[in-house]
Amino acid sequence: MSAGILVVGASQAGVQVAASLRELGYKDPVTLVGAEPVPPYQRPPLSKGFLDGWTSAEELALRAVDFYSKHDIDLRLGERVTGISMATGKANTDRGDVIRFDRIALTTGARPRRLETPGADLDGVAYLRSIGDAAAIAGRLRLARSVVVIGGGFIGLEAAAAARGLGKEVTVIEAAPRLIGRAVAPVVSSAYLRAHERRGVVVHLSQSVSALEGAHRVVTGVRLRNGRLLAADLVLVGIGVTPRMELARQMGVECRSGVVVDRYARTSDCRVVAAGDVTVMPHPLRGVGDVRLESVQNAVDQAKIAAGSLVDRDEPYTAAPWFWSDQYDLKLQIAGLSTGYDRVVVRGAPESERFSALYYRDGHLIACDSVNRPADFVAVRKALANGENLPASLAADEAIVLKTLLAATG
Amino acid sequence: MFAILSNMPTITYVDAGGVRRSVPAAFGSTVMATAVQQSVDGIIGECGGSLACASCHVYVEPPWLAIVGPAHDLEAEMLEGALAETLPESRLSCQLTVSAALDGLIVRVARERS
Repeated sequence: MSAGILVVGASQAGVQVAASLRELGYKDPVTLVGAEPVPPYQRPPLSKGFLDGWTSAEELALRAVDFYSKHDIDLRLGERVTGISMATGKANTDRGDVIRFDRIALTTGARPRRLETPGADLDGVAYLRSIGDAAAIAGRLRLARSVVVIGGGFIGLEAAAAARGLGKEVTVIEAAPRLIGRAVAPVVSSAYLRAHERRGVVVHLSQSVSALEGAHRVVTGVRLRNGRLLAADLVLVGIGVTPRMELARQMGVECRSGVVVDRYARTSDCRVVAAGDVTVMPHPLRGVGDVRLESVQNAVDQAKIAAGSLVDRDEPYTAAPWFWSDQYDLKLQIAGLSTGYDRVVVRGAPESERFSALYYRDGHLIACDSVNRPADFVAVRKALANGENLPASLAADEAIVLKTLLAATG
Repeated sequence: MFAILSNMPTITYVDAGGVRRSVPAAFGSTVMATAVQQSVDGIIGECGGSLACASCHVYVEPPWLAIVGPAHDLEAEMLEGALAETLPESRLSCQLTVSAALDGLIVRVARERS
């Protein structure tokens, strides 16, 4: 019997690697180590239903409590891998334990980027990544009056929506000239700006924070670069994440803006795979470039590929990326990756909060953002998965149901 | 403990091969979350019940259809594009909240992903 596989990070990706190894019939030891003290859980609801109390901690568990023992997965919680030696096949943990392995899966995820302005360490300045973070924020949110959200990306806007739903005064500060600018076209950014403003959120664009001010070590306000002071008794910071690459670097595995993997989730070391937020990979549909995807879909699909590679059942990653964001009653669903688009076709009226933006590059459909139009999302996701195009000239006609443009696949 | 368990509604899942599994479900949970917690094969719930992925597609057994009711608008749109065949009894199980009325519910799991 071999020493087995060590999965570092009991994340969505880590759990999937372990589960997939067993599904593939892998018989040797599988050890899944997680630094957090709670059983592996879903993160997306943390910035959505969990904040406003709709989702309980129990509902977040990724698998049943006995799943791990049933599948002979040695789940070690509240323990952190501190060092890995590929030469000896041994990993050290902060409990002083030594875990032996033949191969490694790195599913260490990412950590929130920290604010570096003066006052960033005041009490009441919070980041949202773990269930512990979310529980602390949910508690403070109940008592807060004025909430300032720094960062107009998905996490920030979802948190803003949850806070507004609880009746708080909410202000969002975004450094870029538009919301969610890295992910969506201007037409979608504008629609989200109006959606938040319509529901009473104040949004400051092209504005950054010069300092956080406080009294008795507790935050009381946010000072903008333009000199204005916004009162705040809770400040939520959502300005992106940084992949956790320390172990990979220490192991000598190639890293750029993430742990570099190929289409088989293999790193530069043939005994090491990686999956999820921590990786940079070739574009899954085009096979080139460097993409880093922060999504459940990528964590799950890439983890399955990684597990296959660990048992030498190499299958390339070709899944079409998808993503979702819930804010108020706006359900945003994204299929594909819009980076590099040269044309956007809009179906429906953005003002109605029910529309889709389809992205084209050289006449080919590459992505779609759907707001409360799931049929468009599903059709585009299918088209991308099958390598089909939906001609822009036809897609622009709202009377045409996108599904009918697909080849008859049922 | 046992008294509480015996009061919990029971949901029965039928897999593609016709194998039945009955599990206790907590009030207020969903038919999807119950399946995931109990490791029922074929119900994935990738989006955590956000109505974003269709990976919890089930067919409600006909006698239950009247009690469960049809899919609502956005759910129906998701189902129209589902990979598995969409039938009149198709529902996304993340939209089915467990209540006393659903005690004994039987659903067939759709093969949404290979």
